[in-house]
Formats: sequence, structure tokens, C-alpha cells
Amino acid sequence: MSAPIIELRGISKRFGPSYDAAARLGRSIARRLGTEQKNEIVQAVDRVDLSVASGEVVGLVGESGCGKSTIGRMVAGIMPPSEGSVLYKGQDIATLPPDRARDAKLKVQMIFQDPYASLNPRLRVEDIVGEAPLVHGLVKRADFATYLDAQLRRAGLDPAYRRRYPHQFSGGQRQRIGIARALAVQPEFLVCDEAVAALDVSIQAQILNLFMDLRRELDLTYLFISHDLGVVEHLSDRVLIMYLGRIVESAATEEVFSRPNHPYTQALLAEVPRIEARKRRFTAITGEIPSPLAPPSGCHFHPRCPHAMPRCVQEEPQLRDIAPGHRSACHLNDRL
Amino acid sequence: MTATLEVRNLRTHFFTRAGVVKAVDDVSFSIAGGQVLGLVGESGSGKSVTGFSVMGLVDPPGHVVEGAILYQGRDITRLSERDMRALRGNRIAMIFQDPMMTLNPVLRIDTQMIEAVQAHAKVSRAQARSRARDALGQVGIPSPDERLAAYPHQFSGGMRQRVAIAIALLHHPDLLIADEPTTALDVTIQAQILSEVQKLAVTYGTALIWITHDLSVIAGLADEIAVMYAGRIVETGSAARVLDTPLHPYTQGLIGSVPSRNRRGEKLRQIPGMTPSLLRLPPGCAFRTRCPHADAACEQEPEPSQPVPGQTTRCFHPLIAVSA
Ligand SMILES: Nc1ncnc2c1ncn2[C@@H]1O[C@H](COP(=O)(O)OP(=O)(O)OP(=O)(O)O)[C@@H](O)[C@H]1O
Ligand SMILES: Nc1ncnc2c1ncn2[C@@H]1O[C@H](COP(=O)(O)OP(=O)(O)OP(=O)(O)O)[C@@H](O)[C@H]1O
Ligand code: SF4
Ligand code: SF4
Ligand SMILES: [Mg+2]
Ligand SMILES: [Mg+2]
Repeated sequence: MSAPIIELRGISKRFGPSYDAAARLGRSIARRLGTEQKNEIVQAVDRVDLSVASGEVVGLVGESGCGKSTIGRMVAGIMPPSEGSVLYKGQDIATLPPDRARDAKLKVQMIFQDPYASLNPRLRVEDIVGEAPLVHGLVKRADFATYLDAQLRRAGLDPAYRRRYPHQFSGGQRQRIGIARALAVQPEFLVCDEAVAALDVSIQAQILNLFMDLRRELDLTYLFISHDLGVVEHLSDRVLIMYLGRIVESAATEEVFSRPNHPYTQALLAEVPRIEARKRRFTAITGEIPSPLAPPSGCHFHPRCPHAMPRCVQEEPQLRDIAPGHRSACHLNDRL
Repeated sequence: MTATLEVRNLRTHFFTRAGVVKAVDDVSFSIAGGQVLGLVGESGSGKSVTGFSVMGLVDPPGHVVEGAILYQGRDITRLSERDMRALRGNRIAMIFQDPMMTLNPVLRIDTQMIEAVQAHAKVSRAQARSRARDALGQVGIPSPDERLAAYPHQFSGGMRQRVAIAIALLHHPDLLIADEPTTALDVTIQAQILSEVQKLAVTYGTALIWITHDLSVIAGLADEIAVMYAGRIVETGSAARVLDTPLHPYTQGLIGSVPSRNRRGEKLRQIPGMTPSLLRLPPGCAFRTRCPHADAACEQEPEPSQPVPGQTTRCFHPLIAVSA
């Protein structure tokens, strides 16, 4: 495999209470009412290592709120880690000279989970998608109209809509604006955060096929964050499973789907809805859902784990090899 | 028994400078208490606008230009804004595709949820707070007490979505329109939410309209399915019929694109061509330029027909006739 294009070394991210004016006001009122809450530190990402080779597609899956988007933002260089370092082609992005840092930021693009919040409501689509390529000299003024048309069409958007504002689009159309914007600057690395979640399966297929073509033609690399396990299985070479800020399992895609090791991974695969199912009864989660505000001791999954043992409450399981290229963080593996 | 909701010949159009966008064009369906209607279809085909129309929340330059929306037999397109406000969020609730349509970014979650409780229930602040707290627990948000004191931006995408769901469930509505409510949730939390709404339907007889692109969720949840394309419902029927023996070529193409129906790593099947612009729909069947079965007949407008009992379609050459 080629050298990593992106490498995360022991990165953590903690969020404290926010310090904007509204939050300060809220807290001072809460203090006066005596309802102030104790712990406000969220450990969103907890010592994660990750290396992505050029041309690779790495799937990132995990519970809602477990820190996937936070990892994505740190990879894209739009949020600094609290600890650890993010390396772009072997260089720590925190120590890059400004011009190289700008270059790295342009080459690593993110498609955001929340398409509406990430689009400036006062800009027309043509500016949202076209501004960066113009500013960075990727396209000449004279060729701009053709370039923009091609970018919009490629993401499945009708170029006739170029003068519209984001609120005039449907949810899936907005998502495609975000996709067109990210691809328009010709990135090398794409962080796709639920990038196709708002698309019907046919347009989703069109976008996923486009991603695969770009990978083949331009060696584009992907960190693919998604709750849709069918999509992750279809696209990824390797899958990482996260739970409450930590990576709990990683392996080649086929290995994860055929021999899931971690009990959380097994729970995920067991719940995957099947199109063949008819009018089934959905089951509530058994056990308590742990909170990143007060993470459970030992293994974070123990309050929900059907196999939890006394040791799981005390000791944090380490992520280690259980088979070539297959890593998992569960004490059950010690008994093998 | 009257249906909880009956929509008749609804047309909702946007009068933009570039022309009239017929986002919803002659849509009819009905749904009874305790039933789940899955609304699926092309991105941009009018699913959300159908929901906004029922809620009375279409913003200018959009208007409901025609049709009736009967809630428990009463046409609510004629209600005053005041009467509508009494229903909205109370008897009729919607979980918006974008949770920030429900949530105010500068207010704490507790402020917003307490307000939502007190808008339709005469309870004390403390009681309202405790109801808000329970509702968060129901949708799987841990440490609800601490989380109530947070702001929306401090939540992950899926947590915001769950707060919006919790708010919609607060008053056990008679009709719940859920617009892509679980796209940001992992499958275990999704199952938790789906089990809550199934409970709601059974316990309170809530009628559910579930808008989603996830056909696997719809397969397990819905009684009936309606498929939309370019502002129209092109197929309806029981979940089993529509998914197993689709009549409309668009429905068939859609089901064929599901990744689990394709080989891993290979190109996914997609419907050829692009969605026609709603500003310039070709005359006749809107799917004509992409349909493998199109012929001269399709240059006319297909009306809804029922080629097999319990399943309707808008197509001159429904697939059943081809195979039979
Ligand atoms: N700006 C912030 N301030 C405070 N807490 C935050 C902030 N952003 C994220 N968090 C917290 O960090 C944790 C991880 O959030 P993140 O958005 O990374 O989750 P996620 O895995 O992407 O979840 P989802 O699948 O729901 O999108 C959550 O508990 C969230 O509340
Ligand atoms: N304010 C507006 N002005 C003009 N056109 C609009 C406006 N709002 C929506 N539309 C158009 O109406 C059509 C229907 O939009 P709607 O949001 O109902 O689609 P949808 O079926 O929910 O799609 P998605 O699955 O992508 O969310 C879209 O083609 C959209 O571009
Ligand atoms: S370490 Fe223990 S609690 Fe954690 S997943 Fe393994 S068995 Fe379950
Ligand atoms: S009416 Fe004709 S063009 Fe339209 S879906 Fe049916 S066969 Fe295809
Ligand atoms: Mg996220
Ligand atoms: Mg929509």
C-alpha cells in the first residue's frame, strides 16, 4: 500500500461548556435558579489512531453522538484536536507554513452531514459552488460558466437552478449542492459525512458511482461516515466501528460483515433493516445508553453488552489484533 | 370510520421568477388511525412540500392552489391561522427533515421543550420540564438532565434529530408526519425510535406518514406505500405489493438501485438520465424520457388506474401487463 495521505496520531477532542454570550447568560440564570449542571465536559473523541492510504476508502460507522463528525472535522482541518496530531502526507498540519496549510485544506474537502446549516443562505448556488474554484485559480473567468454547469450536472443538479438560493431546494438537492461544492475544488481527499443520506436510492447510486469513478480516475481517497451499512459495505475497503469516542473494531470490509467480533458491531449488524422484511416489530435498546458526559468505566459498552463480565466494568479493553488486519477492543478475546 | 387524514387533488405550486414550480400536482391519499403510510420517491419530487401543505406551512411564493386536506373530515385548508396553530404541534405534528427547522439555535434545549409542552398543556414549569426530560430519555438521549441545559450546536446531528422527534411526540398527536427522521441515527438507535413510534400508533391510534429514502425501513414499518415522482403519486399499494411486484417503471428502477440488491464494489444500477426540471416538464408522462417502456401513448397524461386490486399506478404500460 502507498504512504498514508492522512494519519491521525492519538487524537482526542474534548468540548467544554461554550463561552458565547447566550451560553454565559443561560448559565448565569441557571446559577441564580440553582439548576446549574455539574459536568459539562464531553469527551467526544478519545485517543484515536487512524491512517488512510492514498486511494483507499475507509468507512466509519458508529453510534449517534460517538464522535464521527468530530473526527471528520479534525481530518478536514476545520477543528483542532485537543490532543494528538493530524498528519497530511506525513506532515503535522499544525506546523505547516501558512501557504502549505492552505493547500492542504483545499485538498482535503468535507461534505457536511447537515447540508442546510453548511450552506450560506444568502449566496446563490453558482457562488456556493463556483467561488472557491475561481478564487484558487482552478478555472478561468472565461471558462467559468461551462465549468459550473459541469460541476452541477455531475452532482445531479439541473444547471437551470444556478441562480437559486439554498432554501429553494429540497433536502436532497441541498445535499447535492454540498457534494458539488466539495468536488469543484478538485480535492485529493474527501470526508463524506452522511453525504448521501438525504438522497433517494437511485440518485444515491448515481453519486456513489461518481465517487467510485473519481477514485479510479484520480486516485481520490475517502473517509466515508455513514449509518447506512449497506452503502458502507458496498463502497469501503476497510471499516472502523466507533463507540463513545473510541474505535472498538477495525478490519477489511468483508471481514467485518462476515465475522464481526465486537459485541457492539454484532448488535449493529443484527439490527440492519432488510428490504425483504414486512411489518416487523422494532425492538427497543436493552440496558442503559451510556453518555459521553459520564462515560461508563472500563469498557464503554458494558451497560448494553449482553456478555459483560465484572472485569469489563473495571478495565478498559485495548484495541488489538485478533486476526491479521482485524482489530477489536473486547475482553472476550482474552479467553480465546 | 372517517380517515384521520384525507388529501384530495392537492396542488401546491411555487410562483418563482423563473416560472411556476409545480412541486405537488394533483396528489390524493388517505390514512386511518394507527396506520403507517410510507411516502417514498425521487429527491425533489414533492414529499416535504406535501407535508408542509398538510401542516399549513408553505411559505410564499408557494401556495396550495387547489385541493382539500381533510383532518378527521374537516377541511383544514380553510382554517384560520389561530385554529391551525391550536392543531399544529398538538394534534398534528411534523418531524422536519432539517431538525433546525424545529430548534432555535440560540435557545437552550430545555427552554424550547418546556415551551413546546406548555403551548398545548396547562402544566407547571417543573411538570413541563419533567415531561421534556422523559421525552428525551424515550428517544435514547442519555443524561437527559444535563443535556437539557445544552444548546443545539452542542449536539451531534443524530442527537438534534432525536430532540426534534421528542418534541413531535410530546402531545401524542393524532397525525404525525415524519420527514426523514432517522437518517442520522445508527441502526440500534433507529430501532429504538421505530419501536417508540409503533407504540404510539398502537396506544394512541396515531396515523403516521413516514417520508424516507430508506426502503428497508419502510419495508418493516409501513402498511401502505405511496411513490412520488415529479410532483405526482405514481404508485400506491400495500408495502408487500409495491416492493415485491411494483407496477410503475420508476418504482422498479428505484428498488433496483438499493445497494444490497447489487454486487459489492460494482457499479450500482441507477435510473438513466436526469430528473426533469419541474419548470419544464415534458408533456405526458413525466418519466417518459427515462423510461425503458415509453412509447407514443406516453405523450398523453397517464391517469391513476388500478390494474390489480389494491394497487394503483399512473402508467400506460404497468409492469404486470408486460409479464402476464
Ligand atoms: N461544538 C460542540 N460543543 C459541545 N459538544 C459538542 C460539540 N460538537 C459535538 N459535541 C459533542 O460531541 C459528541 C460527538 O459528536 P459528533 O457530532 O462527533 O457525533 P457523531 O458521531 O457525528 O454523531 P451523529 O451520528 O449523530 O452525527 C456528542 O456528544 C456531541 O454532543
Ligand atoms: N421555495 C421554493 N421555491 C422554489 N421551488 C421550491 C421551493 N421549495 C421547494 N421547491 C421545489 O419543490 C420541489 C419539491 O421539493 P420537496 O422539498 O418537497 O422535495 P422532496 O421530495 O422532499 O425531496 P428530498 O427527498 O430531496 O427532500 C423541489 O424540486 C424543489 O426544488
Ligand atoms: S469488553 Fe466486556 S462489556 Fe465490553 S464489549 Fe467486550 S464483553 Fe462486552
Ligand atoms: S406511462 Fe409510459 S413513460 Fe410513463 S412510466 Fe408508464 S410506460 Fe413509462
Ligand atoms: Mg455526525
Ligand atoms: Mg424532503
